[in-house]
Amino acid sequence: MSSSQNLVKELTCVRCPLGCKVKIEYTKELEVLNISGNKCPRGREYAIQEISDPHRILVTSIKVKKGKYLLASVKTTDAIPLRLFDEAMKIIEKLEVEAPVKRGDIIIKNFLETGTNLIVTRSVERL
Amino acid sequence: MKYKTDVVVIGGGAAGMAAAYRAKKEGVDVILLERDEDTGGVLNQCIHNGFGLQYFKKDLTGPEFKEYAKERLEDIEILFGTYVLEVRNDRTIIFVDRRGIHEIETKALVMATGARERHFNSLPVPGKRITGVFTAGLAQRFINLENLKPGSKAVILGSGDIGLIMARRLTLEGIKVEAVLEIMPYPGGLERNVQQCLKDFGIPLYLSHTVTAIEGDRRLEKVIAAQVDYKWDPIPGTEKEFEVDTLITSVGLIPQTKPVDFVETDPGFLVSNTNQTSEDWIFAAGNCTVIFDLVDYVAKEGEKAGKYAAMYAKGEYKKGKKVKVRKGENIGVIHPIYIDPTQESTLYIRVSKVFDRANIKVLPLDVEVIEDEARPPEMIVVKLKPFDENIDEIEVMADELISKLG
Ligand SMILES: Cc1cc2nc3c(=O)[nH]c(=O)nc-3n(C[C@H](O)[C@H](O)[C@H](O)COP(=O)(O)OP(=O)(O)OC[C@H]3O[C@@H](n4cnc5c(N)ncnc54)[C@H](O)[C@@H]3O)c2cc1C
Ligand code: SF4
Repeated sequence: MSSSQNLVKELTCVRCPLGCKVKIEYTKELEVLNISGNKCPRGREYAIQEISDPHRILVTSIKVKKGKYLLASVKTTDAIPLRLFDEAMKIIEKLEVEAPVKRGDIIIKNFLETGTNLIVTRSVERL
Repeated sequence: MKYKTDVVVIGGGAAGMAAAYRAKKEGVDVILLERDEDTGGVLNQCIHNGFGLQYFKKDLTGPEFKEYAKERLEDIEILFGTYVLEVRNDRTIIFVDRRGIHEIETKALVMATGARERHFNSLPVPGKRITGVFTAGLAQRFINLENLKPGSKAVILGSGDIGLIMARRLTLEGIKVEAVLEIMPYPGGLERNVQQCLKDFGIPLYLSHTVTAIEGDRRLEKVIAAQVDYKWDPIPGTEKEFEVDTLITSVGLIPQTKPVDFVETDPGFLVSNTNQTSEDWIFAAGNCTVIFDLVDYVAKEGEKAGKYAAMYAKGEYKKGKKVKVRKGENIGVIHPIYIDPTQESTLYIRVSKVFDRANIKVLPLDVEVIEDEARPPEMIVVKLKPFDENIDEIEVMADELISKLG
């Protein structure tokens, strides 16, 4: 196989704010040939996922009844496939919880079968 | 009411919370004054993750960072809903709250009042003042705290982190983002935010572009943009029209130094490595000194300001000697601009152009740091050990490192 058929992607790792420039070389069949530029192993994992099925942490808000704030922010405990974001937002839009909620409270377990939970990131006291 | 304390902290954002926590740990009495009903400042509305990786060793959202930091303030007196009217040279602070006017006598003060957003009206763009034009921070508050939608189709002016994060936020909320415009030839925010906020959602970024006019009767109807030349003048024939009802502007933050008006500022408080301002007893940290891109830096600076303010209150730290830090070739921002050479220091540097490999030197100290792909939006951190007190000026400069292998 000639190397000209190989693909190269220059990515910015988004796993942490350092934002390493990670270069990944791979074949059309997604066989990884070389990964460079990552300052930690998470960057390698990120690059491999990025060429096949990019994952991101989803952050948004849900409505809160009877709370000191109208909204509680939420996040997925780990990155979920980017392709599921539309579907995830449709579910989250309809959610409404009653105060109080606390940071870390699980709103949905095993969200969309991804193995991650949707959890509260802002505690909201009851009014 | 009359209060008496050792250290007053004004502003309870990331910087102020860290300052209060650290000052208390040094064993002095602390009062924290916050204008809002809660601490946290901008952290409250920044619901995205990416906070605290260095400071708390965890990837947190803004509200989570706030709660972690606030939990450490349990034995500190925090006065909410307080607006500081006046800081007097005789070390008294006058503030109001619902109960009335109050006075605090203190030994030291930490200013941690953050920054405010530059407004669209301050830009020279023709068009009537119509609704539908918001600063990014205001739009962020609407969406993330008040559950309001600013519009249905938007253009964002400015590709700093706030603009990029809002592009993603609007998209997830079902508001179509037609374009992000950036006047500079490179994005203003962190590279990771260009990836996860724009590229992930296929939002176009127009570099070297700006808004040249806005149209609409009462509500915004159209944004006209054009490419600019190196003098930032629009190039005729490159106009693009966007039919949108919302223009979100993210054109910069300005350090807020009010109501202290008798110390050196430009435009933020000018401080030394011990966070001391031109007035011995006043210290400052966070976005009211210089605009930081990571909360981790802000919190570390806050802690340092709290530590030295407490030492000052106890009589253990006086007016430090000040060595001037000069901005040399290719340096856009340097912070702090004074160094007390008897103490350690952390320099925060922004280069003024894009480098493949920047070689950053601190002269005449023997300090050199090599930074790959240095870009103006990303702060570079350089630590200095205490140095010879006879040096009266140091200079920071950057140049391209030419690799011997070509
Ligand atoms: C949209 C956005 C996205 C960001 N994203 C990230 C990110 O992903 N990762 C990251 O690490 N960092 C990020 N940052 C940067 C970081 O969050 C900020 O630099 C940091 O939180 C600023 O803290 P501060 O304490 O200096 O200011 P602020 O948070 O502005 O706090 C100032 C406080 O002072 C109070 N105050 C002001 N004046 C007075 C007065 N006269 N009397 C009493 N109180 C007063 C205000 O109410 C406020 O609570 C982001 C910032 C923004 C705006
Ligand atoms: S490779 Fe590691 S250090 Fe670099 S950005 Fe990714 S997670 Fe951070």
